[in-house]
Parts: sequence; structure tokens; C-alpha cells
Amino acid sequence: MTTVRLASGLSWSRWVGIMLKEFIQLKRDRLTFGMIIGIPIVQLILFGFAINTDPKNLPATVLAADQGIYGRTVLWALRNSGYFRFEHEARNEQEADEMLARGEVQFVITVPENFSRKIARGERPPLLIEADATDPSAIGNAVTALNNIARNALARELQGTLGRLNPPPDPVELRVHRRYNPEGVTQYNIVPGLLGVILTMTMILMTGLAMTRERERGTFENLLSTPALPIEVMTGKIVPYIMIGLVQVTIVLSAAHLLFGVPLMGSIALLYLCVLLFIAANLTLGITFSSIARNQLQAMQMTFFFFLPSMLLSGFMFPFRGMPGWAQAIGSVLPLTHFLQLVRGIMLKGNVFAELWPNIWPIIVFMSAMIGIGLLVYRRTLD
Amino acid sequence: MTVDLAIDVRGLNKSFGDKHVVRDLTLQVPRGQIFGFLGPNGSGKTTSIRLLCGLLTADSGSGTCLGYDVIRESPAIKREVGYMTQRFSLWEDLSIRENLDFIARMYGMTDRRAAVNHQLDKLGLAARQHQLAGTLSGGWKQRLALAACLLHQPQLLLLDEPTAGVDPKARRDFWDEIHGLAAQGITVLVSTHYMDEAERCHKLAYIAYGRLLVTGTATEVTASQKLTGYAVTGPDLTAYAATLRGQPGVGQVSPFGSTLHVTGHDRAALEATAARLSSDSAYRWTPMAPGLEDVFIGLMQDAEDNFT
Repeated sequence: MTTVRLASGLSWSRWVGIMLKEFIQLKRDRLTFGMIIGIPIVQLILFGFAINTDPKNLPATVLAADQGIYGRTVLWALRNSGYFRFEHEARNEQEADEMLARGEVQFVITVPENFSRKIARGERPPLLIEADATDPSAIGNAVTALNNIARNALARELQGTLGRLNPPPDPVELRVHRRYNPEGVTQYNIVPGLLGVILTMTMILMTGLAMTRERERGTFENLLSTPALPIEVMTGKIVPYIMIGLVQVTIVLSAAHLLFGVPLMGSIALLYLCVLLFIAANLTLGITFSSIARNQLQAMQMTFFFFLPSMLLSGFMFPFRGMPGWAQAIGSVLPLTHFLQLVRGIMLKGNVFAELWPNIWPIIVFMSAMIGIGLLVYRRTLD
Repeated sequence: MTVDLAIDVRGLNKSFGDKHVVRDLTLQVPRGQIFGFLGPNGSGKTTSIRLLCGLLTADSGSGTCLGYDVIRESPAIKREVGYMTQRFSLWEDLSIRENLDFIARMYGMTDRRAAVNHQLDKLGLAARQHQLAGTLSGGWKQRLALAACLLHQPQLLLLDEPTAGVDPKARRDFWDEIHGLAAQGITVLVSTHYMDEAERCHKLAYIAYGRLLVTGTATEVTASQKLTGYAVTGPDLTAYAATLRGQPGVGQVSPFGSTLHVTGHDRAALEATAARLSSDSAYRWTPMAPGLEDVFIGLMQDAEDNFT
């Protein structure tokens, strides 16, 4: 007898066999392999270099009916702020309107007649700024900055008797400390977040495809006719993808450090521990998807059906606290939401385990629920 | 009389949704026998085989396979059964050796390397062991699949249309090997559409619409249907066949090369028709013993009348 009888127990030999097979197949599938390495790099470049939530150099035009000193001072200050880039001057109101309508400029700044003289007389003349608000987030920071720019620019000019036109000092002195990211660097927020997005996408998709591929090619029947147990097949198939996830994480973390100078305040071991937990949560979801899906296309569709809300509701794209209660409720079920808090907490804030726990247990709950569903569904598909 | 039965099942049923695919399957196959499974496409052959090897669980019924309960002990059955799927189901992106090695690992074989080498040598594929399975021709794929089934030295082989799309020489080699295995005491249950293969089986079963219609040796099956047959030769047989259909006693009319096989269940009526029509000197009516194919086509038509 050459076979080893095991009393319906788990077999190390089978588990290793399934894992090895998955590795060999992965090695031969160049496209998938390329995707695994390519996705993090492409996303890093796109999000890291291309996305900026504090846009500067916005095109603007000036409609100057007054060439006085105060008007010019304000315009200079606007230009120096870096938010505005002045296109050629509009000749009249109609032309300025057209430029705004065509989208050539995002701002029209109108300096009214006798602007300087009225200031000198203390009449508080209006300075009209029209902004193209079709994209509120694009102009948001520039508009916020306007008030201070104008006030500070004029404060220097309004000396002596005109000094009374300056606003009185605030009764309190506001001190704002932007902690953890004092310069407000977008990449500090986005690059750690990318870790979660990349892992969500590739981990769910890869495992989703792993099982449906067997079914689609008819090899699943062969696998089922062997003594291999569902739990061996599931976990054996997962291991290679855990390693891939770790490779991706290392690529992103290295790039975060070398290209974007993102700090790592906390423990790297703790970071990898959280990453492992997050990978495991995504893989269980992927395996569940692949047990439900009939073919690879369906598995892919389900992945994107999950991926989209993850991107939008997790706080990766838009501020989490800005969403209404029901959206936050959905968001707080998603592992990505909590993972973002974990990664940003460890990398930027230097959080320790006790501070991270409130975001760790929801991922564990999610994962346990998925394993339960996955095993239920898998058993049914044997028939 | 006690016969050592490899398969002994009674009243197995299986439905998918409202489709009743296997109805009351009752089957006894002694050890060391080659048992042929015949029937039209979609008749439930594959489902029956899957029920026997534990890939599917029967809705009702009972029985044993190699002494294990088919409902409760499917893990034990899987370890001692070699199942060859209808479609090539080894991994096309693994090499020949990797495939065999994987299967050997799945059965937890201790002397894996030796067993794989042995099968590679037997196949004559040792030189090409690193070729990807997907690049093999149909005949070679089939041999590889059989080798994979035999790796763990199963007691029972379940072969689902193993020779579909394989050339006659490879088919003959395949059947020689099957007979060799049976001589060693391995039980083989094989489904096929080929009549020459059916005749090579020790025993046959014909299944249609989920029902087992007839079992026995090839001669028994042929005799049991009590068919009378005539071989007809003459000019323009296609047109003649059309005129024959519907005549009293005529069951089926099918062209075989330059002759027409006419068979029917009603011996007297067919003889009368033959006598009447053979007076036309252009056509010669010669009595013949109906073959398996005539029997099965007859069964298929009867089954259609009864169950659809």
C-alpha cells in the first residue's frame, strides 16, 4: 500500500501540494504576475504624483477699472500667494464672462472704478471675485486664502492716518498646530492610503479568480475527486497571495519613503502585523466571492462591486467625517476604512497597539463573518 | 451465492432543481469486471459516475462502493477510486511531471517520486516530462489522464467517455491497458458512445432519461430486445428508406454503407413486410442478427416515446 491513510484529518502533504501548484501556476501566468507588480507602481505614480488636493496656479483674469496703488497691491499679493495665475486681462465685463463660461479661467477679479480712492476715503469698496464653482474642491483653498491675502497686503500700505482702516486685532489669538503633517503634504495622506486600496483590489481579485479559474477550466472536478479537503484547498491557495500582498506592501512602503519622503513614526513590525490582518480579511472575502461566482467574469464583477464603495466610503477619496450618518455606517463595516486609520496612525502619528485596537477589532469581526460565509458557501458548491 | 461486489447501489436518485437526472439507479458490478455504461447525451451517465465516486451526494438511495457507504463515506471512496473526467481536467499550465506530482501529493503518497517516475516510464513520456500538459495532443492527454488516475493504485476506475476524440490506434492501446488492469483485479466502469468499445466490456448497462433500461452482456442485451433485422441492398437506398418508414413491423431504418438495416420488435409483421417488398426484384432482403447499435438506437427511440 503506497497511500498514507489519515483518519479524515488534515494532510500537510496535500496542503503543501496545493500551495506549490498555485505558485507554479502564478509563475507561468505572466500577465497576472505583471499586474501584481504593475498595479502598485502605476497607482503610486498616479496618486502620488498626479493628485493634489491643494491645487495652485489656477487661471484667473482681471477686470481692472482702476489702476490705483491699492488695487495693484492686492493683485500682486494674489499672484504671490501662488494660487492664481493671471491670464491676459479682459477688456470688458462681457469678455471676462465669456472666459469664465468657456473655462479658460476659473476666477474673474473685478477691481471697480475708483477702488484706491475709495479705500483712502475709508469707504470699504467691494473687490468682486467670481469663481467657477462647478468643481468646489478645486477652488476651495484659493477662496479660503483670499481674505487673508487681501488683508495682509493692504495692512502694509495702510500706514499712518489710514491705519484706522485696518481691522482691529482679534480678541483672541488663534494658534493652529497642524500636527502629524504640518505642511499639509497630500502624499502623506494618499500614499499610506494607497496601501489599503492596492491590497483591497489585488487580494480580492486574485483569490476571486483563483477558485473560479479551476471551475471554468474544469480542473475543479479533478481537485474534488481527490481526497483534498475544502479547508486545505482554501488555505493552500491563499498562502501565495499573502506573500504577493507582502511584496506589494514592501514596494509601496519603499516608494513612500524614497520617492515621497513619507515618515514612519511608529513600529514597522506593528505596521506589517496590521497589513497581515488586512490581507487576511480581504483574502477571505475573495475566497467567498469565488465560491459564489460561477465564472471568472462574475468574480471580477463582484470584486469591483465591493471595491467601489471601499474607495468612496472608506475615507480614502473623501473625508470620512464629511459623509452623512448612513454612509459612515456603511463605511465602518468596510475593512479599508479601519485599515486607513491604522496605517495613517502608525506611519504619521506613531500610534501604539492600544491606540490602534478600536480599528483592529472591526477587521477581525469582518474576517470572521467572511470565513463563516465562505465555508458555508463552499460546502454547498461541492454538490 | 456471494459475489464480491465493487459497486452495489440501490435506488440512487439525484435531481438538479426540477430536473430529475438520475432515477432509481440500481447497479451491481463484481470486482475485476469491465462494466460499460451507454446512453444518449444528457442521459445521466456522468451524474451517475459522480454519485458513485462521491463528487455528488445522492438525494435518496443507498449502497456501497468498494465496501464503503456511498452517502456517508465518500472521503474513503475518493482515496481508492480513480476518476477520469469526460473533459481533460488536469492543469494545462503545469508540466506532465508537475501534474502527476500534484496528484500524488493529493493522495499523500509516501514514495511519490518513484510512483511518478514509474508512470512516466510506462507512458513513455519520461523524455517530455517537462512539457506543459496543455501542449499535448488529444491522445496523449488521455494517456496522461489515465496515468494520473492510476498513480495511487485505485481499486476502482471510473472512466467518463475516456476515448472521445482519440484515434483508433490509441483507442485500441487504451482498451488493451484496461483489460490488463481488469486482469489484475481492478474494477472498471466506463461510459462510451462507441459500439466496438461496448462489445469489449464484460457487461453493459443502457441508461436513458436517468433510467437504467437494460443490463447484461452484449449478447444478453441484444437477445433481450427480441429484435428482428434485415439487411437490404438495392438502388437509391435513401429514397427507399423513406418509403419503408411507417410500414407494418418496421421499427428503424438506418443506412450502413451500401446496405440498409431494417429492424423491428414485431417479428411476424416485419417478416410479412419483408416478404411483400422483396418481391420487387430490385431490392434484396437478407435476414440478419441485429447488432448492439441497432439495439441501442431502438432503446433510445422507445425511451423517447415513453418519457418525453
